[in-house]
Amino acid sequence: MEVIGKSVIRKEALEKVTGRAKYTNDYHSVSMLSGHKVISPFGHAKIVDIDTEEAWKVPGVHAILAGNHYPLTGEAIRDRPVIAVDKVRYHGEVVALVVADSPEQAKTAGDLIKVQYELLPVVNSPTQAFQKDAPLVHERLGEYKKEEDSHPVPDTNIATHIKIRKGNMEKGWSESDTVVEATFSFAPSDHAAMETRCATAEIMPDGNIIIMTSSQAPFMVKRLISDYFGEDLGKIIVHTPFVGGAYGGKAPVQLEILAYLASKEVGGKPVKIFNTREEDIITSPCHIGLDATVKLGADRNGKIRAAEIQHLWDGGAYSDKAIDVTRSGAVDCTGPYNIENVWCDSYCMYTNHPYASPFRGFSHSELSFVIERTMDLLAQKLNMDPLELRYINAIRPGNTTPTRVRLNKSNLGNLPKCIEKVREIFNWDEGPVKEINERFIRVKGVSCSWKTSTIDTNAPSGAIITFNKDGSLNLMTGVIEIGTGTKTVLAQILAERLKMDVDKIHVRMEVDTQTMPEHFKTVASRGTFMAGRAVLNAADDVINQLKEVAACALRAPKEDLEVADSRVFLRDDPAIGLHFKEVGYGYTYPNGNAIGGQIIGRGKYILRHLTHLDPETGAGKPGPEWSVAAYGVEVEFDRRDYTYRVVKACTVVDIGKVLNEKAALGQVMGAMSMGIAFASRETFYFDELGRVLNPQLRTYRPLRYGENPEYLVGFVETPQLDSPYGARGVGEFGLMGMPGALGNALSVAAGVSLNHLPLIPELIWKAKEGET
Amino acid sequence: MKFHTITLNINGNNRVVTVRSADTLLYALRGKLGLTGSKPGCLNGDCGACTVNLDGWPMKSCLMLAVEAIGKKVTTIEGLQNAPIQQAFVENFAFQCGYCTPGFIMNCHSLIEQHPDADDEKIKEWLESNICRCTGYAEIERAVKSVLKKNRVP
Ligand code: FES
Ligand code: FES
Repeated sequence: MEVIGKSVIRKEALEKVTGRAKYTNDYHSVSMLSGHKVISPFGHAKIVDIDTEEAWKVPGVHAILAGNHYPLTGEAIRDRPVIAVDKVRYHGEVVALVVADSPEQAKTAGDLIKVQYELLPVVNSPTQAFQKDAPLVHERLGEYKKEEDSHPVPDTNIATHIKIRKGNMEKGWSESDTVVEATFSFAPSDHAAMETRCATAEIMPDGNIIIMTSSQAPFMVKRLISDYFGEDLGKIIVHTPFVGGAYGGKAPVQLEILAYLASKEVGGKPVKIFNTREEDIITSPCHIGLDATVKLGADRNGKIRAAEIQHLWDGGAYSDKAIDVTRSGAVDCTGPYNIENVWCDSYCMYTNHPYASPFRGFSHSELSFVIERTMDLLAQKLNMDPLELRYINAIRPGNTTPTRVRLNKSNLGNLPKCIEKVREIFNWDEGPVKEINERFIRVKGVSCSWKTSTIDTNAPSGAIITFNKDGSLNLMTGVIEIGTGTKTVLAQILAERLKMDVDKIHVRMEVDTQTMPEHFKTVASRGTFMAGRAVLNAADDVINQLKEVAACALRAPKEDLEVADSRVFLRDDPAIGLHFKEVGYGYTYPNGNAIGGQIIGRGKYILRHLTHLDPETGAGKPGPEWSVAAYGVEVEFDRRDYTYRVVKACTVVDIGKVLNEKAALGQVMGAMSMGIAFASRETFYFDELGRVLNPQLRTYRPLRYGENPEYLVGFVETPQLDSPYGARGVGEFGLMGMPGALGNALSVAAGVSLNHLPLIPELIWKAKEGET
Repeated sequence: MKFHTITLNINGNNRVVTVRSADTLLYALRGKLGLTGSKPGCLNGDCGACTVNLDGWPMKSCLMLAVEAIGKKVTTIEGLQNAPIQQAFVENFAFQCGYCTPGFIMNCHSLIEQHPDADDEKIKEWLESNICRCTGYAEIERAVKSVLKKNRVP
């Protein structure tokens, strides 16, 4: 392999280190108006009155949107008003939108809008939401329009209920000599991408709706605005430039709708809606919370015989993407272990919290935490080495998943090998506990994870390749450059297939939904797989066209031709051939006759063999393959005040094939940093009115420079046969096992089972105190 | 509302802009001068995405009024050309989404100029004022140290 595996410098590198890379909010024109959101200060309240009289007097105000019944929105269930009417259901919900010439004017006017509220009882956790007498977040749940796969229960707070029924529970428990059970919980938190969300919209005289947005899913924006408001699909054109971090948080569609309605209100003029950091944290969708119970049973050899799991996901005020997250959490609920008897109830609960969107790992960091903590409890009870317990139960080819998909060497990564590698590079055999002195102790914890990507069964991707006259190529795909470097990796895939210099491939970074083929969404680590397949398909199309023209020009059969080094030539006599320069734009004979024309390669891919889940048993094929990983975290714990430092963090992931080494390492380390922050400190603190008390980056603190551990990263390469060069998803894996491994290390260090996140010293202290 | 027409020295050029009293330097750079390399990430000093260089020192441009920059030399990411730290960021993969990058580079660049002999402690003290949510900081550390090391070799 020439290009695959190499740390090819990212195509957009120079733009990004010179400040020239543009993000949505960097595009501004003099005529563009600014929107300002007025948001709810309460978690649950009736809107008694909205008085906009004073606000209208502010110079520069063009429109105030409030109190209107627009069509309801929401991906899985249409339960969400774009702007709240009658009542607010979460702190941060948009109550009114002011459109003015400048952001200052819009804000001045917004501050003058008087909203009268009457407080309603707050649903402050999914467990509370699940109680029989809990206040209802949605009184008319039964009347909403919904997707076929959503199963809301009217007159409750249940937005959906996913059931997994596999094997025979009675048999499972009767074979279990040792049983452990524990409950877990953590509140919602945030993605905290450095670029806050932003969207602009303009409606042209011909009805074309031009949107620009910092989104992972511009094609979804197009589809949903058409669905919700009856606009012609082809008239909606969505542009997405560089996106400043997303991690799942920019997959939902929200600000785009506000921008569209605002523009409509002011006669189609361009309007920008930009989130302040505070709004980005509470108004826009957040990272889901979870309350869970896990019960595992094992025989005397440590083989797990039964698993019973209940998830109560904190979907927040609106179900949007939380329903998909709930389903995804159910299908992989056991973690990467072979368990024949599984019973899982996964509920998506409505609460009066900010509503949830996917978060890197799409429910898998969350489900892994609860499973991996229980695995350690089981190891403890069995008196077994926790890594060994994981090894003997590791899922292997021939086993089935909770939704009964039979696994093989291609659709499953090699977990035993990942565990072995962790054992080695994390130096597990030196023993998990090291006493430093009376105060300090160093402890290691381990965990594992797996994941399949439950995305639409018919999710598409596409690629277009065009030639330039100098023989270089342009590559266009609908994948968004959100920071993962996928666009560069796709150029590598193309270069490898055409056996050419990757520098001669130009990559279009910006995506627009009118001229580029649809890529489902840039989520779920599926960019490389799906768009990669489309690129290979397009490359084959290009090769075929090149050979066709060259066969004519060289007077040789197509089959005798070969493509490499930007040339088409005779296999048996490479000196006879043509450079891309001479064929990419058609071939011109010496007398002026021409054939061919510009070569335009096209490629597409659609996922295959995926099915919906059976609503009663969960049986079905939710995703194409299962990647796996094993982890370790080492902490230095201070027994005096319960503080600690994460010294080392280790991830070994089966990546199938390393496509760009430094990019892959960067993805894994970055995800580990995020996972450690989620596990150790990130959470929303709610008061009794459902208000988020820490919506700022000084009170909501991601990891900073120097707080990161030493990273140990290893790769295992078990090819996924239907993926480009065998590659598997990698972007989410570094994160998924961190909460479990950290929780396990700290539980040993503190000598108390820690079942809640984030693992702040105060929580450890309370757990310890509660014990005595 | 009060407006001021002021002259600011930005990237070596004198630029005349009209600003309100309340306009921050970040707002003026982005909105009035089209210098969108400096990014808004929080607008209250928490993230460092808006960092510029002021008379050789890093400054969060969201924490300073435009009128306060009169008489100072302001360098933004757009004014940095072929600085070794930019190349080091490229080679070490010290960015992913790139949103924090201009701020980080301006901070690193100032650090390298002010403390060519910076040790781990000093580097941490300076760089912990910026947030990068994509990388795990290992690559940024490598990039900064590679430049410091190169400068040290006589
Ligand atoms: S925008 Fe200035 S520090 Fe965040
Ligand atoms: S590269 Fe995305 S925040 Fe630093």
